[in-house]
Amino acid sequence: MRPLSIGDAVSSTDEVDDTGYVCPMILPKPRGNLSEWVFHRLRSVTDEPRPWSGAPIPGATEDEDAAIALWALHELSYGGFEDVSEHAEQDLAAQATRTHLERELEQRLRSRWVGRPVEPVEVPAAIDELVAGDDGPSLAAFVHRRADRDQVLELLRQRSVYHLKEADPTTWVVPRLPTRAKAALMELQFDEYGDGDPNRLHSHLFACGLEAVGLRAEYGAYIDDALPEVLEMNNALSMFGLRRRLRGAAVGHLAAFEATSSLPSRRMVQGLERLDFVEPMVRYYSEHVEADAVHEQLAARDICGTLAADEPAQAQEVLFGAFTCLDLEARFARAMFTAWGVEP
Amino acid sequence: MSAEQFEHPDVVLCPDGPMLLRGVDSVQDADGTVHAVDRPVVAVCRCLKSSRLPWCDGTHKVIPRGHS
Ligand code: FES
Ligand SMILES: [Fe+2]
Ligand SMILES: [Fe+2]
Repeated sequence: MRPLSIGDAVSSTDEVDDTGYVCPMILPKPRGNLSEWVFHRLRSVTDEPRPWSGAPIPGATEDEDAAIALWALHELSYGGFEDVSEHAEQDLAAQATRTHLERELEQRLRSRWVGRPVEPVEVPAAIDELVAGDDGPSLAAFVHRRADRDQVLELLRQRSVYHLKEADPTTWVVPRLPTRAKAALMELQFDEYGDGDPNRLHSHLFACGLEAVGLRAEYGAYIDDALPEVLEMNNALSMFGLRRRLRGAAVGHLAAFEATSSLPSRRMVQGLERLDFVEPMVRYYSEHVEADAVHEQLAARDICGTLAADEPAQAQEVLFGAFTCLDLEARFARAMFTAWGVEP
Repeated sequence: MSAEQFEHPDVVLCPDGPMLLRGVDSVQDADGTVHAVDRPVVAVCRCLKSSRLPWCDGTHKVIPRGHS
């Protein structure tokens, strides 16, 4: 198990230009042969298109080697890296490697899921049922009553990989949805993006919270410390969002995420207050108690329910996405408890 | 997709859950306190067990369900 500690090597620069724009991060540390190879290729990309022979992609040294490589390849479609040309997103080797790694990831995620046939009209109820039956260990319950300050800080660093771009992976899905689901997703996302107020944008609230508790707020600052489970969770979300074929899984994931947020966020608030965390960090979670009580209703019924009604083949896919969300959160929670050496 | 008209109600009663209100600026709670609304849709608690009344906080999911 990797030691959980604040890495002194950070993957971002502190430079902020006068518009307040935070310079993008640099590539993370490779975690094996494959990521070494990928990062080397990415750094060498210029605006001159480079042929690619289709030479075999090196095998991954470990799961996290593949995971960090895929995370970086996806990141080319978000904020990019300071030390990588913007042309790298279209590099042939990068695209082939991303497709290859996504296929492996998708196969692994599907192999964990036992689907059952579901009628489109049953989709919202089936999501509720999956969520109600979720028996994964709860990190929020641990923070509520037992965690110490350092454990909470470690959790925030791990969560930052996701929360600092919260909502973004799901925004890719908007143009791929039919009318009702599209309108409903935008209604939800508008709230995630602060209802037009940049100060209330959820990922920005998290950044403000991190800074207030003395952690680094730039995206990717803790990527070198990210557990393999965190990378897998983020990679699944990006893959669902970026591939049209996986639109059902993307919104199913969203529905399960929203449906498991209000109550745990309330426990986070109570735990953070118990440990005297400052208000900006508490605020991120208290905002989610209220917001996600709304979002879970919109996601299950107006987004997933109408998508399944309009595209019946997506009904199963929605449940695959919902299951995957719960399963990856449970794996992450178990990894954290193991690393801390405590019983859930 | 055909160019049909869709239902898009302003008030939605969620099964065993809150009441969604769309496009409101404020909500008065049972004590007479008026709460400003700053999001396009809010969830008003109907089970009365929320810790953040008048808003739903998801508690309805962990209380035993009565008749629906
Ligand atoms: S209806 Fe959700 S907490 Fe009461
Ligand atoms: Fe959010
Ligand atoms: Fe949300």
